[in-house]
Amino acid sequence: MSSYRITGETGEWEIVVGLEVHAQIVSRSKLFSGASAEYGAEPNTHVSLIDAGFPGMLPTLNEECVAQAVRTGLGLKAKINLFSRFDRKNYFYADLPTGYQISQFAHPIVGEGVVETELPDGSTGRVGITRLHMEQDAGKSLHDQDPTRSFIDLNRAGVALMEIVSEPDIRSPEEAGAYLRKLRQILRYLGTCDGNMEEGSMRADVNVSVRKPGEEGFRTRCEIKNVNSIRFVMQAIEVEAQRQVEIWEAGGTVDQETRLFDHAKAETRSLRNKEDAHDYRYFPDPDLLPLVLKQEWVNELKAALPELPEEKRARLEREYGVTRYESGVLAAEQAVADFYEEVARDADARLATNWMLGDFFAALNRTGRSIEDSPVSAKGLRELLGLISDSTINGKIAKEVLEDMVETGESASAIVDRKGLRQVTDTGAIEKAIADILAANADKVAEYKGGKEKLFGFFVGQTMKAMKGKANPAMVNELLKKLLAG
Amino acid sequence: MAELHDFTLASARDALKAREISALELTEAHLEAIEKLDDRLNSFITRTPELAREQARRADEALARGEGGKLCGIPLGIKDLFATKGTRTTAASRILSNFIPPYESTVTANLQKDGGVFLGKLNLDEFAMGSTNLTSAFGGVENPWKYSDSDARLVPGGSSGGSGAAVAAGLVLGATGTDTGGSIRQPAAFCGIAGIKPTYGRCSRFGTVAFASSLDQAGPMARTLQDCAIMLESMAGFDPKDATSVDVPVPDYEAALGRGVKGMRVGIPREYRLAGLDPEIDALWEQGIAWLKEAGAEIVDVSLPHTRYGLPTYYIVALAEASSNLARYDGVRFGERQTRDTLDGMYEATRAAGFGDEVKRRILLGTYVLSSGYYDAYYLRAQKVRTLLRQDFQKAFEKVDVLLTPTAPSGAFGWDEKPTDPIQVYLNDVFTVPASLAGVPALSVPAGLNSRGVPLGLQLIGRDFEEETLLAAGHVLEQAANFTHRPTLHAGGAA
Repeated sequence: MSSYRITGETGEWEIVVGLEVHAQIVSRSKLFSGASAEYGAEPNTHVSLIDAGFPGMLPTLNEECVAQAVRTGLGLKAKINLFSRFDRKNYFYADLPTGYQISQFAHPIVGEGVVETELPDGSTGRVGITRLHMEQDAGKSLHDQDPTRSFIDLNRAGVALMEIVSEPDIRSPEEAGAYLRKLRQILRYLGTCDGNMEEGSMRADVNVSVRKPGEEGFRTRCEIKNVNSIRFVMQAIEVEAQRQVEIWEAGGTVDQETRLFDHAKAETRSLRNKEDAHDYRYFPDPDLLPLVLKQEWVNELKAALPELPEEKRARLEREYGVTRYESGVLAAEQAVADFYEEVARDADARLATNWMLGDFFAALNRTGRSIEDSPVSAKGLRELLGLISDSTINGKIAKEVLEDMVETGESASAIVDRKGLRQVTDTGAIEKAIADILAANADKVAEYKGGKEKLFGFFVGQTMKAMKGKANPAMVNELLKKLLAG
Repeated sequence: MAELHDFTLASARDALKAREISALELTEAHLEAIEKLDDRLNSFITRTPELAREQARRADEALARGEGGKLCGIPLGIKDLFATKGTRTTAASRILSNFIPPYESTVTANLQKDGGVFLGKLNLDEFAMGSTNLTSAFGGVENPWKYSDSDARLVPGGSSGGSGAAVAAGLVLGATGTDTGGSIRQPAAFCGIAGIKPTYGRCSRFGTVAFASSLDQAGPMARTLQDCAIMLESMAGFDPKDATSVDVPVPDYEAALGRGVKGMRVGIPREYRLAGLDPEIDALWEQGIAWLKEAGAEIVDVSLPHTRYGLPTYYIVALAEASSNLARYDGVRFGERQTRDTLDGMYEATRAAGFGDEVKRRILLGTYVLSSGYYDAYYLRAQKVRTLLRQDFQKAFEKVDVLLTPTAPSGAFGWDEKPTDPIQVYLNDVFTVPASLAGVPALSVPAGLNSRGVPLGLQLIGRDFEEETLLAAGHVLEQAANFTHRPTLHAGGAA
């Protein structure tokens, strides 16, 4: 656990944070209509009459969205509620075509669960999940572009969201970041949300309060709405907690309200007073029957769940002998783990791990590519490692070959052949090169024999240079020892 | 042409099948009647003569081939709460006065599939909120019936007042209605026709402008129960587009009519005997009991102990849902938009101009009962009472097959007699509301005239999806009452 503290004039303060994450469900169509849920289309091209709230239009529940919510609940090791219900959340809000949002309020589909977090310093923590419920996203309307007209885009209206509400268990900005990263990782593994915060498919409302360490209960919290990156969530917590500490220390009281985070100015600003929230008027949506799930169906979904990050890490450690740290990096994204296993399955696992985490990642970084559009395929990298293992090339040459592969897209063996990089294992040729080096450096040979053993590296280097790097390093070592001893 | 107005829906269907009349001439006769009478009755908001002629011509072609569905060539009116593709659909509200839906409600699509001919869109209380049809933004509807001693304009009841008046006056052979708390049954009683509110979930709500979603149910209104049965069979059915629609096969309702009531147990709920009930209503109820008894039914005294909470519960649940359902009419997408400096100002001004007083009253009440400080006190408690009311019916139906009650506490009253106190107007629904809250089916049949010469109806309430039992019992009442009176304003002239 983190011991994050804010030091004020009256002493130390701790922070209490809970997050409400809105995660867009990966589905072909919207929660209650057949319209496409795809991102980024021309305005109003993915809208059904239901999404637009036309008179007499009725919502019908998309079963795939329900399955995705259940999968997510299972992935969060949470209780799946076989009975859940949709409520109308009535409030006059310009972006809701019907004037209300259909959301699960009193009876969510997923109950309590837990997310295990891992902080950069290696310490671990647990953040409780209070609930996960399904709801509709709103549309977008612009009323201030024209004096008499409103501009409306309903593409997002009705898109299925999961609201994942955490317990107020988070005690530092770092932990909030770790929680969000872990949550995003789980959602991505499950394929239930793409976790793309830039496109708004994952965004967080951050509830922040502060209190004196050891103090019982919670002080008034403020909610920071719609923060759309992990970094901003962490900054917003820091800034807001600081603001609250200053208010308390000045003898004031923090008002419960909704605020927004302005990252350019590094401040939070009041958006609306929470008193307006009393206007939310909930009641069971009369257009939808309660959602009743069968346990067998939940069991089937559970049986078909993909391997989750923690399980994958454990397996990678077991099967490939990677360290805890290495498994964390390799399993961070499913695609990386898949790539790794594709490389390591038929190769020297240690070699594969070192190359993945070293030169291969460096090449991706350098070229600005991701694992999905890697310039070198898993098969290509495996072939390269094969050439090292069977002594066709040595490690140093292999680095050069990898660079060439990234540049040209050619296979490792094609590059080795084209550039004549095959390792020299001919004893005679190496011996001849060594003899020439020793003859040309008689003074250094004498020094070596006089006890300056560090010079051994110099002779290796010179030999490799003379052989244009292609000599088998083990043989060079062996022959040098023999000849220097002679 | 007079004889063309003597047809019931069933007899017209048979005459059309037998090629004794053509759909086009039947349609023309009804269009003429609308021309002649409806400037006065105001039962139509939108007339669609060209669409009707086109549909009638197609019906004749189908009939000539020996084809055509069960409503082929039948002139119908559609309550203007059902979305009709390409035809203005207003819900009798200013805010939707220019709304032309690009879609068709499931109920009207079903009727068209069976060959129904649509003469137009019928008037109603604004957003189906009212029991008089005087809250319409398109003006009130005049009941074709008159007091025997006065020429005063009478209300047709509501909210399906246009439907009731058009059917009673012979402008259409049948009409769709919707019933949220009595909006089919009460105007049917006021207009001297039959009407059925089927089990909640029996007819799709898709494409019907919502008032109170957990209560709204479409149903037929026509001169006889046989006509209603034919229409209901067409309107009903499972619809995947409505999550509350129920997947139960649609029976042959018409066939159920002649079953009789021998051995049937008919419950008389004692709580419906309100103190101060109009003696004429009470007498009619007794008459109904006698008719069923004579036909072989056993009369059983039953108790629905939570009846007195029906009306207040209804006005909490229905208005809560209404306030939510009507939030979408904000001037951004529907209706005449008012210009103001702020967005909130625009909403307020648009809704102030777009909604009538009754709708505003109900939105405000509904918003109030849902607001967080009052939710538990009103809405949550009303939901609990609603459960108790439903249990009342379930318990009663362990003992009896149907319940018999009056439909409304009075006959049609004058436009000028309309009580100024909204609560008094709400009392019109006192007998109809409990069945709506319980979701069970109920119907109204005309059973006689009161001393001032206007019709009174009897209500039968049944078990979930037992519309057939209701039809059988209703048919016995209908036969016994032999209600052949005609309203003063009628396409075929007064009888």
